[in-house]
Amino acid sequence: MIGIIDYGAGNLRSVANAVQALGIEPRLVSKPEHLEGVSHLILPGVGAFGDCMTELDKRGLIEAIRSWVLAGKPYFGICLGYQILFEESEEEAGIRGLGIFKGKVKRFTEDGRKIPHMGWNAAVPSDPVDPMWSGLGGEPYFYFVHSFFPEPADPAIVAMRTEYGEKFASAIRSGAVVATQFHPEKSQQAGLRLLGNFLGAAVPATV
Amino acid sequence: MLAKRIIPCLDVTDGRVVKGVNFVDLIDAGDPVEAAMAYNAQQADELVFLDITASSDNRATMVDVVRRTAAHCFIPLTVGGGIRSVENMREMLLAGADKVGINTSAVKDPGLVDAGAKAFGSQCIVVAIDAKREAPGKWGVYTHGGRTAVGLDAVEWAKEVWRRGAGEILLTSMDADGTQAGYDCDLTAAISESVGIPVIASGGAGNLDHMVEVLEKGKADAVLAASIFHFGKHTVGEAKRYFAEKGIPVRPEVA
Repeated sequence: MIGIIDYGAGNLRSVANAVQALGIEPRLVSKPEHLEGVSHLILPGVGAFGDCMTELDKRGLIEAIRSWVLAGKPYFGICLGYQILFEESEEEAGIRGLGIFKGKVKRFTEDGRKIPHMGWNAAVPSDPVDPMWSGLGGEPYFYFVHSFFPEPADPAIVAMRTEYGEKFASAIRSGAVVATQFHPEKSQQAGLRLLGNFLGAAVPATV
Repeated sequence: MLAKRIIPCLDVTDGRVVKGVNFVDLIDAGDPVEAAMAYNAQQADELVFLDITASSDNRATMVDVVRRTAAHCFIPLTVGGGIRSVENMREMLLAGADKVGINTSAVKDPGLVDAGAKAFGSQCIVVAIDAKREAPGKWGVYTHGGRTAVGLDAVEWAKEVWRRGAGEILLTSMDADGTQAGYDCDLTAAISESVGIPVIASGGAGNLDHMVEVLEKGKADAVLAASIFHFGKHTVGEAKRYFAEKGIPVRPEVA
């Protein structure tokens, strides 16, 4: 069973649509009990870091997600679902993230760049033969929309890099954890292929 | 490198595409979902649905169109027309839209930009600005399809909505719209250089060189077009290949 965390915000519908397009009926997880029987967990998200942590806390999901990830179970974090894996964010000082990885979420500096970083950009895998990126080609394009991005303290987990004025970690990979700053659910073939690789599902030809 | 985006726009009323779309492979060219699917197949970077009647009856129809499109098209979808409240925005976003476009309602109540950005994040809020040249280097904001001047300077209004939390500006030149004689590059550059958010240029696309021009001279981040794509003059793929030849960064086509 594939679980999608529902914390009352985010772009849940889009992610559910993408998973359904892969021929899988996902389960929405809004409390820890819903994790029973779930094999792969996806945490989508658009919005603010603080709101996300508050809403997860209200549903008793913070510890559940932390235990899930620390137990080495498959987790896919999208956008905020990526950022909250770190310790804190410049978006809201004083709010703790899940702190699974060391590092901080930073804001793009305003030096002539448009913020948010919005649109399709290339993500270059650090390890091109990693099966997680299989079928994506050397420099796949994904859809981004964000003003903040995590800066992992451990360079070994950085799995993809993207350039927007500066190079930043657009994806990380550590054990069964994959997390991306871009939105695979809005990235057409490349995005569905990536979700399919994570879920072990094939992408239909019609996407 | 961040790609410049190509965004086909479908005008919809009563759940049908206005003027239709002339693709050979469509069974029902008036069905917005089918037209959206065709653009999805052409690897458009995003899609815009504009509800041009925008009555409240129409909104329910539009929600259904959005829901059916979002189930099959995995590219960002913006819906505009008739969105007057945070509740209307929520309805569209829950149906599967990624962004909502507001125009007249933002002019009437600029606080709607702040409220929308606070509720859903800036990335969801696209403010559409219809601008008409009033003097050299000066453009006014118009509503109701360019019929009503609202007494705002377009550059100042763009800055204001940016400050209020808009994530993007969809800029239409009322002078160029429908002429197919090219975008208003001066207007587009004036706005793009005044705000720190992306600007989508709209109105006037007659050929691919017009698009190149507004992306380069007009400093636009994306181009929106209807007729040039709807009537089979060019596909999105042709536009991308042409842009790439001219050195404009595009999302490469996936085989």
